[in-house]
Amino acid sequence: MKTKLLTALLLGTSILGTAGVAYAEDVTLNIESWRGDDLSIWKDKLIPAFEAKNPGIKVVFAPSAPTEYDAALGAKLAAGSAGDLITCRPFDKSLELFKKGNLADLSSLPGMENFSPVAKSAWQTDDGKSSFCVPMASVIHGFIYNKDAFDKLGIKVPETRDEFFAALDKIKADGTYIPMAMGTKDLWEAATMGYQNIGPNYWKGEDGRAALIKGEQKLTDKDWVAPYEELAKWKPYLGDGFEAQTYPDSQNLFTLGRAAIYPAGSWEIGLFNTQAQFKMGAFPPPVEKAGDTCYISDHTDIGMGLNAASKHADAAKTFLSWVASADFATIYANALPGFFSLNSAPVKMADPLAQEFVSWRGKCKSTIRSTYQILSRGTPNLENETWVESANVINGTDTPEAAAKKLQTGLDSWYHPAK
Amino acid sequence: MAADIRPKRPFRWHIAIFLAPAVLVYTAIMILPLAGTLQLSLFRNIDQHQVFVGLGNFRTLFGDPNWSVNFWNALRNNVWFFIIHMLVQNPIGVLLAALLSSPKLRFSAFYRTAIFVPTILSFVIVGFAWKLILSPLWGVAPHLLDFVGLKSLFTPWLGKEQYALTALSLVSVWQFIGIPMMLIYAALLSIPDEVIEAAECDGITGMSQFWKIKLPLILPSIGIISILTFVGNFNAFDLIYTAQGALAGPNYSTDILGTFLYRAFFGFQLQVGDPNMGATIATIMFLIILGGVCVYLFLIQTRLRRYQF
Repeated sequence: MKTKLLTALLLGTSILGTAGVAYAEDVTLNIESWRGDDLSIWKDKLIPAFEAKNPGIKVVFAPSAPTEYDAALGAKLAAGSAGDLITCRPFDKSLELFKKGNLADLSSLPGMENFSPVAKSAWQTDDGKSSFCVPMASVIHGFIYNKDAFDKLGIKVPETRDEFFAALDKIKADGTYIPMAMGTKDLWEAATMGYQNIGPNYWKGEDGRAALIKGEQKLTDKDWVAPYEELAKWKPYLGDGFEAQTYPDSQNLFTLGRAAIYPAGSWEIGLFNTQAQFKMGAFPPPVEKAGDTCYISDHTDIGMGLNAASKHADAAKTFLSWVASADFATIYANALPGFFSLNSAPVKMADPLAQEFVSWRGKCKSTIRSTYQILSRGTPNLENETWVESANVINGTDTPEAAAKKLQTGLDSWYHPAK
Repeated sequence: MAADIRPKRPFRWHIAIFLAPAVLVYTAIMILPLAGTLQLSLFRNIDQHQVFVGLGNFRTLFGDPNWSVNFWNALRNNVWFFIIHMLVQNPIGVLLAALLSSPKLRFSAFYRTAIFVPTILSFVIVGFAWKLILSPLWGVAPHLLDFVGLKSLFTPWLGKEQYALTALSLVSVWQFIGIPMMLIYAALLSIPDEVIEAAECDGITGMSQFWKIKLPLILPSIGIISILTFVGNFNAFDLIYTAQGALAGPNYSTDILGTFLYRAFFGFQLQVGDPNMGATIATIMFLIILGGVCVYLFLIQTRLRRYQF
């Protein structure tokens, strides 16, 4: 009912929009999105900035609820009433739209050259030949720490794994703080903030991920089991009853100042800045020896594509080129600290914590979460199984080897990479 | 039937007309979707086309270890969920009803209401409230146990594989205890006073009166409650979903048929929904419930009738 109403409303707006064209000679572009939270940023900052530079093109940001977005968008695309610009979910959901012919090929769009292959990987065909969405933002994994606690206990920011565990030991021995705020109840924390956070350092980022997709490496290989071995060692440093600790519990533990280290995703920055009363810092996942190349999970999260049925394709392409520009990146990244522009041009950000996160791109190599591209298409679903097994490993109910074996067996049952 | 006595009467159209709204509505919202589900389970989506595969989906569900392991795990958990309800909810419900119907009890209306209130609460509220109560960080459970010196008994129940399902079953018992209590209470009140008085004349009072007179008389109600519990438990989903999420953690230890169906049908996170396999699971759930209800109707209820007046 709600979806229907929404569809009707949006249909109404698009008709009105077309009517507007006839009268004012202006082109009106509608943006489909699930990011209702960003409405004010689009209305007050992004759209005025674009319209000032491109007279004659009007842009309307028309978001729907996140849970309804995919269904509503599908219905609108089928009915031909969808907006000109479509906010893209990463990987398979957008790929499906492209295959159905709903999204236009943007490989030759001016501005696409501003993005690295990793940034574009979320919105490409499996062979990497066509791109169909302009990457907008990514989230970076790392650890956020309580600077006051570190100063009080005289702990240096750890760079290597040994220093990391030495720091955890010191915090635990002191007893004032819970060394690390993470729970396994919601499962995904263990996988996303744990396995996918520290893993790239072991499997060497994109190299390992590509080899896994090609079938040259297996999840039972040393590089893929080792992150589980490290996760298993985290157990004693988590708070009492971490097995029943949920994601909001972990956030609260950290922002209330009861925990010293928080395995994080950069999307936390906005919330933590408003809630935490202490100084915060961040460090990338520690490497084995000082001076080793570091790898970070710089996960593509949101992009924007062109509705293949759009009547104003040229105006929409102008807009997308602007989305691919440094101008857009600067405004967007500053309005939403923690959602980083994927643009290769460096973006100036005011938030110190966000700056810290994004500075790792300079010294570390970026990769995306290993399970997202191609590998989570079958049953059992690798991403979901990774959630379950990561939690099992931390809970101590599965050994790292057993967990890796289960994941690989599940993957083998449906994934047969061409050799 | 009256119609048999007066055979000359014309066909009574008004019966059909009066029945029509209910039949139409029931068909539209119950029978058709059910038939649709059964039909969906016989097809499979191959290259964007629905292809008839006969019982192929059922063979996958029972034969492919990727599905069957999860299915049997969900079924086992569901049976345990049901056993806890039968062993805890219904006996306690009967006990509460017996206490409430005692004429000596004061404030019985208050107790009755208080015990029934959780039943009308939303699952989301119950799931969330109990998650907080049992939380090792901010919950009252650890503090209350500490208060009586039993802190050592506390563990994060919802996060441990061996306890999570039992804990959630007990939460569900807490929520629904009001239903058996109310039904039994009504049954107890409807026992004629003459029967009780006759029993008293024969010297049967107190506990033995309950066991020998009242319990046999409320057995049909207990039967109805058992079947309601059975149907409710094998259709359960909401509480597990709100408390543990769709993956029914830890390690699928709280996965019941409802959550298994949900994941298969609608998908979860990166898992894409598969309506055909979902319908297959739904069909099996339907058959399980149908089987259970048939066993009750044909084997148990026919025997229960003998005890009735």
